[in-house]
Amino acid sequence: MSNTSHYYNAHDLAKFNEIGSFQPSLAEKFFAYYGEVFQDGALTAREKALIALAVAHAVQCPYCIDAYTTESYSKGWNEAQMMEAVHVAAAIRGGASLVHSVQMMNKVKEIAM
Amino acid sequence: MKSLLSQHHFLADPANQLQVLHESIELGVPPFEEKLKLANAYPLRAKQVEILQINVGKMCNQTCKHCHVDAGPDRHEIMTKETMAYCLQAVEKYHIPIVDITGGAPEMNPHFRWLVESAAALGAHIMVRCNLTIILANKKYHDLPEFYRKHQVEVIASLPFYSADRTDKQRGQGVFTQSIKALQMLNAVGYGQPESGLILNLVYNPAGAFLPASQAELQATYQQVLWEEYRIRFNQLFVITNMPISRYLEYLLATGNYENYMLKLVQSFNPSAIHGLMCRNTLSVSWEGYLYDCDFNQMLDLPIRSQAGHHISQFSPELLNQREIVIHQHCYGCTAGAGSSCGGQIVKS
Repeated sequence: MSNTSHYYNAHDLAKFNEIGSFQPSLAEKFFAYYGEVFQDGALTAREKALIALAVAHAVQCPYCIDAYTTESYSKGWNEAQMMEAVHVAAAIRGGASLVHSVQMMNKVKEIAM
Repeated sequence: MKSLLSQHHFLADPANQLQVLHESIELGVPPFEEKLKLANAYPLRAKQVEILQINVGKMCNQTCKHCHVDAGPDRHEIMTKETMAYCLQAVEKYHIPIVDITGGAPEMNPHFRWLVESAAALGAHIMVRCNLTIILANKKYHDLPEFYRKHQVEVIASLPFYSADRTDKQRGQGVFTQSIKALQMLNAVGYGQPESGLILNLVYNPAGAFLPASQAELQATYQQVLWEEYRIRFNQLFVITNMPISRYLEYLLATGNYENYMLKLVQSFNPSAIHGLMCRNTLSVSWEGYLYDCDFNQMLDLPIRSQAGHHISQFSPELLNQREIVIHQHCYGCTAGAGSSCGGQIVKS
């Protein structure tokens, strides 16, 4: 087991591309795909940065939050817009839990007298 | 806010700034020279001088947090008419096509209009780096848009963001509102209007410790917001990276962002930006008339490496072409991402 005192290190974000040292061909394909995804397309690169920020919070990835906070801010999104994007992630996460309560209710109705 | 000089701050001394930059090597920032060698671009050599960038002084009506000149109302160093005359002699004798006038707020130099009129009479293309608020700062400056129009000056105006919050955080309370008014005055005399031939370019630089986004992307947003909200037109947006020197260096150190910013610059090093570096076709003149490879080297007191004289009165293009450009760790600022120059990003998308 690794003898580190914590699992996340801010400096590791800059080492992301080093994942290729263990498996080059898959990393190469991934980064090519990743780069393509964030180009202007049907959505602008600016819009994609804000989506990535929301998703980063949904998957709770500190590296992604670091990267896409900077990316979104540098692309001109303001604080309120960025926070609203995070609320979208939070609403979907909360809603995802609550909508499962229908399953709970169905089960209760099935087993209750 | 006072200038670093008035605060007696240790970074007011260029030697101390260079020491901090040198110490970035210990943080994992390789010497810039090594990066150039890997890119087969060392030594970096100058080409023909196409732009004479004249810094007419450090006096300014604003005290911006990121200012690499450490300019402000408390700075009184300005170029004399005699030194301006030496600049004009060089432009005339060697047919330098572009004169780029900067400061401080260059308009505050009492000989500014004479310099513009004289350079225009020589047929040079004139660019003035205007902070916009100077136009409204005093009644005597209200006619600047008309003066610029008369001499077909290309106006390069600072507007670091299209909203008040980020602009004012960087440049001072109320600057955004005044800048918008000044831009509307420039538009009113024809600047930025289609077919007018009067060029109005805006300058964006990040209000914080991050690198700029793509120039094309930001320009599209600027155009949309400034037109929809203020009916302002402009030609191009120049996106400029903040150099880790002077007041921006002080900001980086004071906020604990210095190490990450320097590492980000290195991680973003782009060899394809080297060819278009502004130091290769620009010569920078200080308020005292001394020559530098760029305005940043001027502020770091890194004079040109040349066997010829170091003063504009000794200007000789034959001896300056192919000179080795003086580099240091701050040069990473011009090679990061799409590159950065006084004309915006170097590598166009």
